[in-house]
Amino acid sequence: MSSWDRFADTFLNAAVMAKYLPNIIDGFFLTVGLAALVVVSGIAAGLVLAVVRSLGVRPLNWLIIFIVDLFRALPPLVVIVLLYFGLPSAGFTPTAFGTTWASLSLVLMAFAEEIFWAGITAVPRGQWEAARSTGLTFWQTLSSVVLPQAIRLTIPPLTNRTIAITKGTALGSVIGLSEILSQASSAVSFSFNPSPLTLGAAAYLILFLPVVVLGRWIETRFAWQR
Amino acid sequence: MTRPIVEARALHKHFGALHVLKGIDLTVAERELVFVIGPSGSGKSTLLRCLNRLEEPSSGSIIVDGIDLLDRHTDINRARQRIGMVFQSFNLYPHMTALGNVTLALRKVAGKRRPEADAIGGAALARVGLADRAGHYPNQLSGGQQQRVAIARAIALEPRVMLFDEPTSALDPELVGGVLAVMRELRESGMTMVVVSHEMGFARAAADRVLFMDEGIIVEQGPPAQIFGEPREERTRAFIGQIQRH
Repeated sequence: MSSWDRFADTFLNAAVMAKYLPNIIDGFFLTVGLAALVVVSGIAAGLVLAVVRSLGVRPLNWLIIFIVDLFRALPPLVVIVLLYFGLPSAGFTPTAFGTTWASLSLVLMAFAEEIFWAGITAVPRGQWEAARSTGLTFWQTLSSVVLPQAIRLTIPPLTNRTIAITKGTALGSVIGLSEILSQASSAVSFSFNPSPLTLGAAAYLILFLPVVVLGRWIETRFAWQR
Repeated sequence: MTRPIVEARALHKHFGALHVLKGIDLTVAERELVFVIGPSGSGKSTLLRCLNRLEEPSSGSIIVDGIDLLDRHTDINRARQRIGMVFQSFNLYPHMTALGNVTLALRKVAGKRRPEADAIGGAALARVGLADRAGHYPNQLSGGQQQRVAIARAIALEPRVMLFDEPTSALDPELVGGVLAVMRELRESGMTMVVVSHEMGFARAAADRVLFMDEGIIVEQGPPAQIFGEPREERTRAFIGQIQRH
């Protein structure tokens, strides 16, 4: 057996791959669903926090900063493990899916809040003043004048951060969530062959490569022009 | 004499330890153009910004067109529709066209439907000579054009008084004339105006009254000929002398 054959047999074993393909596909769709949920809830929650922060209520802002710094500092894996193994002793047993979703959403929320907040503060004071001087309320100014500009500024960094955090869906494998990585590694232990991992990597590429390309397109599309 | 449009009494403004306005009394009659001059830091912009409560006065009273601006029960957003303001840095919304800039408050605050708001906004842009620029974004317009759009944005709401905060200070010299021409037209149509500016030529030609401020008080006021020609106060004389040397 040549070394290429040995390599192909190890990583590209067609029989093993065919056998476990359905499992990987299951994991793929679970990962897609989870990632989509995380993106929606994480970004929405981050936007809400940033908007609340713009109200300028001191104690509320301290609380927001504390929460945001906490989830930016903690490794996502730690959040997942903490919630999954900690919550049961508080009388609540979360599912692996729920835990991974909540953990990654919290982390994305924290980063998204910081990015939105930076965007809001980057909009010049004069924009607020001009809008308020024509009689627009705080909320009208925020929604019609400030947020459209702020969000445009935030799209490139937010896209990058979102991609980075949604890839964290793979961390769900640690608590037995049957997403791509977890499906692939159990296939490896059943087949005694690492080929399913190749399949898993391919599944991740199929999922995230278009997102990365889309992110690049969004970045150029929304490059700020003045 | 008709009821004054602006009546400010004993206005004080503190920024922390800094006492910026030290008891300002200002009455502006209908159709009057009051021109405010003074060295930087004299409080003239702060005074102007107090007149629509962009800056919260520390004490005193402000009545604009019969509305007590500092009354807790006053709807400041409604009151502000009657007080147009034009800023040094234009402050146009960069993500909206010229027409979008002019019609935003018409739609959101005055509650006009889009066709009506567009008609009013188009007329306001025509009035500042920019009817053909309605679809342009601010970054496609010169500074002078941007400032004229900003004036259109304010006059579209049919304010009772217009506040100008150094409207030409950020403009290249060749663009100043167009903005001043629009202001002149406004003044001739009977708009009540309070103008903070260094355009002394405009003041001489168009102002009814010139106010000289220094260190938070109104040092002297009178017709332009008097303030520029024979100022009574030493500080006024020094300031006028200084700008005329340049």
